[in-house]
Amino acid sequence: MKAKSGLTRFSNCFILRDGKIIKEDLWIRNGKIANPEQVFYVEQEEADITVNSEDSLIVPGFIDIQINGGWGVDFSYDSENVEEGVKKVSKQLLAHGVTSFCPTMVTSEKEKYSNILPKIQKRQGGEHGATVLGVHLEGPFISLAKKGAHKDEYILNPEKGLESIKEVYGSLDNVILVTIAPELPGALDAIRGLSNMGIKVALGHSSASLAQGEEGIKNGANLITHLFNAMLPFHHRDPGLVGLLASKTDRQVYYGIISDGIHTHPAALRIACRTNQEGLILVSDAVAAQGLPDGAYRIGPQAVNVNEGRAYVAGTKTLCGSTTALDQSIKTFKEATECSLEYAIEAATLHPAKALGIDDRKGKLNFGFDADFVILHPKSLKVLSTWIAGECVYRSS
Amino acid sequence: MRLIILDDTAAVADWAARFVLQRVTEFAPTAERRFVLGLPTGGTPLGMYKRLIQFYKEGRISFKYVTTFNMDEYVGLPRDHPESYHYYMWNEFFKHIDIEPSQAHVLDGNAPNLVDECTRFEKLIKEAGGVNLFIGGIGPDGHIAFNEPGSSLVSRTRAKTLAYDTLEANKRFFGNDISKVPRQALTVGVGTVMDAKEVMILITGSHKALALAKAVEEGVNHMWTVSAFQQHPQALFVCDEDATLELRVKTVKYFKALSDEHQKMIASASVTQQHVLH
Repeated sequence: MKAKSGLTRFSNCFILRDGKIIKEDLWIRNGKIANPEQVFYVEQEEADITVNSEDSLIVPGFIDIQINGGWGVDFSYDSENVEEGVKKVSKQLLAHGVTSFCPTMVTSEKEKYSNILPKIQKRQGGEHGATVLGVHLEGPFISLAKKGAHKDEYILNPEKGLESIKEVYGSLDNVILVTIAPELPGALDAIRGLSNMGIKVALGHSSASLAQGEEGIKNGANLITHLFNAMLPFHHRDPGLVGLLASKTDRQVYYGIISDGIHTHPAALRIACRTNQEGLILVSDAVAAQGLPDGAYRIGPQAVNVNEGRAYVAGTKTLCGSTTALDQSIKTFKEATECSLEYAIEAATLHPAKALGIDDRKGKLNFGFDADFVILHPKSLKVLSTWIAGECVYRSS
Repeated sequence: MRLIILDDTAAVADWAARFVLQRVTEFAPTAERRFVLGLPTGGTPLGMYKRLIQFYKEGRISFKYVTTFNMDEYVGLPRDHPESYHYYMWNEFFKHIDIEPSQAHVLDGNAPNLVDECTRFEKLIKEAGGVNLFIGGIGPDGHIAFNEPGSSLVSRTRAKTLAYDTLEANKRFFGNDISKVPRQALTVGVGTVMDAKEVMILITGSHKALALAKAVEEGVNHMWTVSAFQQHPQALFVCDEDATLELRVKTVKYFKALSDEHQKMIASASVTQQHVLH
């Protein structure tokens, strides 16, 4: 009897590697993607288990950097049992191929932050649910004029820069991303301060001109929150934040985009991806209504009505987030833009990983990377199974 | 010597693969009695590997009890470099079949001591009981493995400095920059291949026609190292029509007339019978 090599080999599959879908086996060991050529020649080991993948498609696990909740849970509202809420959502996300996500808190009153933030800890994923990468704080440092579904009375200016941020949020240990409007007084100082702490900054919910947006990028921001939504519309004399897609910034600017077939017109999706291909990130921006039938729900302190899958602020026609998970967004996006399947998937895997600076371990199926992946039906792209750190955490029945 | 002339490269690939299939099948290797195969790299044998993989997938052949020795490898090229022969063998053959990793031997061009590596390789071949079938390709200058023109015809495994022609021919694989082509390679010697019980040389394309003529119709000469196999008791040249362009009509006609006999080699006739009846 040979000693166990701990290797699992997925054969007869297509995998997404280096931007191409290729017929190639995927080898994993100890939660990482293994290099079979090295295993063969150097270690001279064989796989313990070979899984016949029957021509399915294996892609990196999806990464959702903006998700407000789902399945009745709202991360910004249910402060008492937010831990349970995050657990529930992270578990449900597995069925949608999401292996990592950033629970997102919308503009809330100050007490909520000290209540909720410490309870949403970064957590390695597994059978219990997708990996929590860190919280995305969307507001309250946003523009009143572009508040979208956020509540007026809680919106603030970061007058004292980073100090104001800390005052409102408290500890930033659990935070990975903050959305700020760069034109607000003190915003640039806040952006610089957060970036220096290793926290990513996204520009959004903002009336910023292009010049103000560029200042934000210069000071450390590298993302735009849900492009086209809650910002000035494109104007040819001052293209605003949208103009950042084509402005001469030193660094790659990433932008989240909601591709649920409702929030962004297909032509707008095409404009974005043709203008700045590498920067496009699919986000669900899903709300508590995700995964629930039509009815009345809560997003932050507001009442929300879901009608035919669309979520509105109660009594208005203001969209307040989507109810579409990333697996569906990828399909919608591909159909709308007629892009390659590789690109559509990278927009939900490699691009968010790069934006968050975790592309040394997530977002690709390269050797040595975390074995977070999704097995999809090659035609329908239905999620057949989801794997985190080499463990199967979801299998469709 | 046998010269098997087939229509085109696809026919050569298929014939060579069937020959391996026949030899391995008849040998019926076991864990205690393994079949030992010498293997080449390059464009010519690619089709043969593809057919063998197909045979494996169809359940017609297993490499579980096959031991392989590769002919050569560049010195100093990283193992995972797309032009390294480790990379070639893994991607074009080994990863598709059931060979045991410890039984697939490729010279290590990054070994700290190249002399020791060559000695080790020869020793491994000896311990494996010698090579049952060595398959080779040749260069347009008639070199077998990296036994460049002028190599000793009784040479053993060693490090060779590559001829300028070879560097020139290979630079297309290294971004057309000759300075990036490795200058040295480890290679089995002509003598190492001569020791095999059977040798099969694959030759395709008009650019190899002169080499084939030198190998078959002229004398044994270290400037065309492949000609050494004229002295091997069971050498087999498998070529396509294009490669025969420099041969005499008489030679081609004679060997083509034998094609029925040749078909038996990949069919029913036993190896012992084949060795006696040419």
